[in-house]
Amino acid sequence: MNYFVDERGYYGEFGGAYIPEMLYPNVEELRRNYLHIINEPSFQEEFKQLLKDYVGRPSPLYLAKRLSKKYGANIFLKREDLNHTGAHKINNTIGQILLAEKLGKKRIIAETGAGQHGVATATVCALRGLECVVYMGEIDIKRQAPNVARMKMLGAKVMAATSGSKTLKDATNEAMRDWINNPVDTHYIIGSVVGPHPYPDMVAQFQSIISFETKKQLKEHTGNELPDYVLACVGGGSNAMGMFYHFIDDESVKLIAIEAAGKGVDSGFSAATTTLGREGVLHGSKSILMQTNDGQVVEPHSISAGLDYPGIGPQHAHLFKSGRGQYVAITDDEAMNAGLLLTQYEGIIPAIESAHALAQLEKMQLNPSDTVVVCLSGRGDKDMDTYMKYFDLQD
Amino acid sequence: MNRLQQLFQHKKKDLLSIYFTAGYPNLNDTLKIAQALEQNGADFLEIGFPYSDPVADGPVIQQSSKTALDNGMTLALLFEQLEDLRKQVTVPVLLMGYVNVVLQYGVENFCKKCLEVGVDGCIIPDLPMYEYEELYQPVFKKYGISNIFLVTPQTTEEHIRKIDELSNAFIYLVSSSSTTGNSLELSNQATQYFQHISALKLKNPQIIGFGISDKNTYDTANTYASGAIIGSAFVKNIDANHIEESVKNFMKKIR
Ligand SMILES: Cc1ncc(COP(=O)(O)O)c(C=O)c1O
Repeated sequence: MNYFVDERGYYGEFGGAYIPEMLYPNVEELRRNYLHIINEPSFQEEFKQLLKDYVGRPSPLYLAKRLSKKYGANIFLKREDLNHTGAHKINNTIGQILLAEKLGKKRIIAETGAGQHGVATATVCALRGLECVVYMGEIDIKRQAPNVARMKMLGAKVMAATSGSKTLKDATNEAMRDWINNPVDTHYIIGSVVGPHPYPDMVAQFQSIISFETKKQLKEHTGNELPDYVLACVGGGSNAMGMFYHFIDDESVKLIAIEAAGKGVDSGFSAATTTLGREGVLHGSKSILMQTNDGQVVEPHSISAGLDYPGIGPQHAHLFKSGRGQYVAITDDEAMNAGLLLTQYEGIIPAIESAHALAQLEKMQLNPSDTVVVCLSGRGDKDMDTYMKYFDLQD
Repeated sequence: MNRLQQLFQHKKKDLLSIYFTAGYPNLNDTLKIAQALEQNGADFLEIGFPYSDPVADGPVIQQSSKTALDNGMTLALLFEQLEDLRKQVTVPVLLMGYVNVVLQYGVENFCKKCLEVGVDGCIIPDLPMYEYEELYQPVFKKYGISNIFLVTPQTTEEHIRKIDELSNAFIYLVSSSSTTGNSLELSNQATQYFQHISALKLKNPQIIGFGISDKNTYDTANTYASGAIIGSAFVKNIDANHIEESVKNFMKKIR
């Protein structure tokens, strides 16, 4: 079975480029050029150099001893939280800004949910001296205030998306509208493995550094480059795709993707896409999405802004449908408790997104010989407000 | 031959089409607005079925779509409302909306229903040409439904030629690269683009849309194409309490 993109831009029945003609020239320009640009030795050299000296890669693969003891298995954390700007998102924005430069673009737009991708985009724009506009849902602007301040300090213009649910989905709509209205000089840095082909493949390639490093590091730690399980949370699915990428064809490695159940999958306040969704088209690709019978997109809920999205990338839809990946859902409460647990067992405050992946450990039947890698996609600094409120830590 | 194809056979200039959103401003205004438009000289109509995430639309149509959805509009309900369409409206009618809604309804079901109620074609901006060609064209043909494609100033000639081949009614020229509701700027660039398209001698007539908002822009569009489509400007002018009157007043200003 092929789990990667085919020449038509599809993963099995999912993917494609469902875009209005106004976006076609932009997307077509990318499609025609992305592979040969990315594969140029000079591009790879600059990309790797920046990941090393600027982002701080390779990110450590850390054997979490106390957590391992608690769950009775060997649990490793892939420390994307230690990257510059605090999450995996920067791997992708470094790649895309270099690509945008090669395409001669002068202006960068992006959407953001938690603000991590917005910060990562504003950061690389400051690094390369390009104009930056970030669309962010009005509700997210309120719940992620520190990231809004960071983006502004980095020189980005933060535009509030006030339509629909006023969260990530609507910020994405606004970014796409901006691109329609600025078709020549602008590059849209999508923050996850979503959007029209070639975005899902391009973003997955930039994030694949996560599993590339993990294989090598695991071999150093254990003598075996293959773990039994890899776990990652899924909003659109970029950290998960990065974590899965180089393990996908090693069928002995179980891929577990963790979605946000919100207040519970049956509560009406959830973002558990594969549980609640059906095949459909959103933001330019055919995938699985939460929708009504009439095809209207349902507004999701998650306590973590980065997982508050009603769809998943098309490659995830394919991994799900083919059975290669296991897709599970973790509630707000389970994630918050897992976040606190990691903090108190290992001295690491995780992003609430990543805490969803950690919460899955509680539900697995693990053997002492099992090796598990959890992608710790980001750090919890941005979430301190939510943690403080949830655990009543304010006096 | 459907009504749309017949219209283009005998009328080649000054065609006026109006877009409005089904279920807006009130759920049951759809047919009322269609009738008023015909009575006031519209040559053909575009009825929008709303979608929660209309990325190609500006604020006016975003808002009318949202109101329509809040009112309870669905594609299935629209087809129910259109059951009496052909008792009241004779001009060609197109449906316009996003692909996900059509996919959930079922493409074959959609075409079949269109034929049943007397809809002649559709505009689905986010349905890619190659998808249409491979998967949907046979179904559209079977039911005689015309699919309308958009062309923008950035569309390559090769792509335009292909669109011309796949079209069987008209080609929708998007006036400038923008979402709906921006005003048409008749820059040199725009006129050059319109002239470039005319010079291609396409087999399908062209209708200009996006940014046509008043008599002035309508007339200009007509010097370069067979007609024009007005959307946001019309939707903005609908008065929920005086539908017929507001339609009449708007149309008087254009023609
Ligand atoms: C720390 C962190 N993890 C995960 C995500 C979810 O995105 P994705 O599924 O693309 O990795 C986000 C998104 O903002 C994030 O900030």
